[in-house]
Amino acid sequence: MSDPTVADTRRLNSKPQDLTDAYGPPSNFLEIDVYDPQTTGVGRNRFTTYEVRMQTNLPIFKLKDSVVRRRYSDFEWLKNELERDSKIVVPPLPGKALKRQLPFRGDEGIFEDSFIEERRVGLEQFINRLAGHPLAQNERCLHMFLQDESIDRNYIPGKV
Amino acid sequence: MSFFSFGQSAEIDVVLTDAETRKKAEHKTEDGKKDKYFLFYDGETVSGKINVTLKNPRKRLEHQGIKIEFVGQIELYYDRGNHHEFVSLVKDLARPGELTQSQTFDFEFTHVEKPYETYTGQNVKLRYFLRATVSRRLNDISKEMDIVVHTLSTYPELNSSIKMEVGIEDCLHIEFEYNKSKYHLKDVIVGKIYFLLVRIKIKHMEIDIIKRETTGTGPSVYHENDTIAKYEIMDGAPVRGESIPIRLFLAGYEMTPTMRDINKKFSVRYYLNLVLIDEEERRYFKQQEITLWRKGDVVRKSMSSQATIGAQRFEGSASSESALEKEELREDCR
Repeated sequence: MSDPTVADTRRLNSKPQDLTDAYGPPSNFLEIDVYDPQTTGVGRNRFTTYEVRMQTNLPIFKLKDSVVRRRYSDFEWLKNELERDSKIVVPPLPGKALKRQLPFRGDEGIFEDSFIEERRVGLEQFINRLAGHPLAQNERCLHMFLQDESIDRNYIPGKV
Repeated sequence: MSFFSFGQSAEIDVVLTDAETRKKAEHKTEDGKKDKYFLFYDGETVSGKINVTLKNPRKRLEHQGIKIEFVGQIELYYDRGNHHEFVSLVKDLARPGELTQSQTFDFEFTHVEKPYETYTGQNVKLRYFLRATVSRRLNDISKEMDIVVHTLSTYPELNSSIKMEVGIEDCLHIEFEYNKSKYHLKDVIVGKIYFLLVRIKIKHMEIDIIKRETTGTGPSVYHENDTIAKYEIMDGAPVRGESIPIRLFLAGYEMTPTMRDINKKFSVRYYLNLVLIDEEERRYFKQQEITLWRKGDVVRKSMSSQATIGAQRFEGSASSESALEKEELREDCR
């Protein structure tokens, strides 16, 4: 074998790409919107819910298009379930804003429009980051959060 | 060295026989400085002379013997006191006596074995040096001269490519291929990454070269990882069927040949780390060891024998270059 003095740097051969693969929809479509905050209840029992809409073509999710209503404590529940049961580092949630829940504030506290919007954005970032994690996608709690009408806190934790 | 020079002292100077012609190699020392040292290979003779110059030319220098040593040793930084000598040769140059004037002593270490390459790392160093010593009752006078040794290899007979399919179930499947498993230090890594399944949102992909220095044995093994290079090979989201080429020139990076279990004291190994990063900064990676080796400089006669024969046909062309090639071909035919 003759020793080449200049290395052969030509590309390795590869299969030409199928055009339907190249121009078709990607297999990683996953979008979750957190929107339409609604405050329900009266007085001290008021709380805000958000609509969580997921659109995806990932086969691991049963529904390709799902809409549910969730409140902040539901997001907290999800974070705690995943921190306990899975090995992933769960992204941070927007703050609990306990100071805003104290009496004698000049404003609406946690029902202030600007605060709700800030929280909505944080929750949307949180859930998108989480749902895209391959290990989180295996957890039953995530699927229940995103696609079941209500969260059954007595569910049996486990993998999908 | 001695402020108490009531007596006599001397300076020693080590000079190699081929100091004019021998090549020097750059080597980074422990404190990060780059210096040039004479370059030797395994089996080469180390010869020269030492000049012992009396500080005070009118006085005598009493000594218990003059010698020169050729030492190859490994020093672990966490155990500085213990030097592990794997080569230790000594030549006595003078019996105990006295020097009445400055003197020169010749020495030759014939065909010295230099089994390992000079290495200065994070936790260990391997060095070769000459040490000339004038022994005295109270304090010896000595001088050390470091040399650098390179270990050369030839093109490996077997050099298979590395080709593997890896992934995360139902999320990401790729097939990566590197054209060889053994690369020389000025080689090029040619490869490709073929995407079979992409269900995550990839932002970019890079290939890193990682150097791992391992010191210690048994329960106290210590790995020191150092990322020598990071090279982005893809920017953007790939889909199924996409093939991303890799072409990484190694000559631009400071690397050593792969060293496995040197004198049972340390190893230096290299890994290619293929890293995919998704839109949420999650990293997916696959590490693969490669063997690095040092190629000797190509000698003109073996490479250009074809060109030389061609040059001979055109006797008229009197370029100095073809004349030189003809000279060398004649050498071969003797």
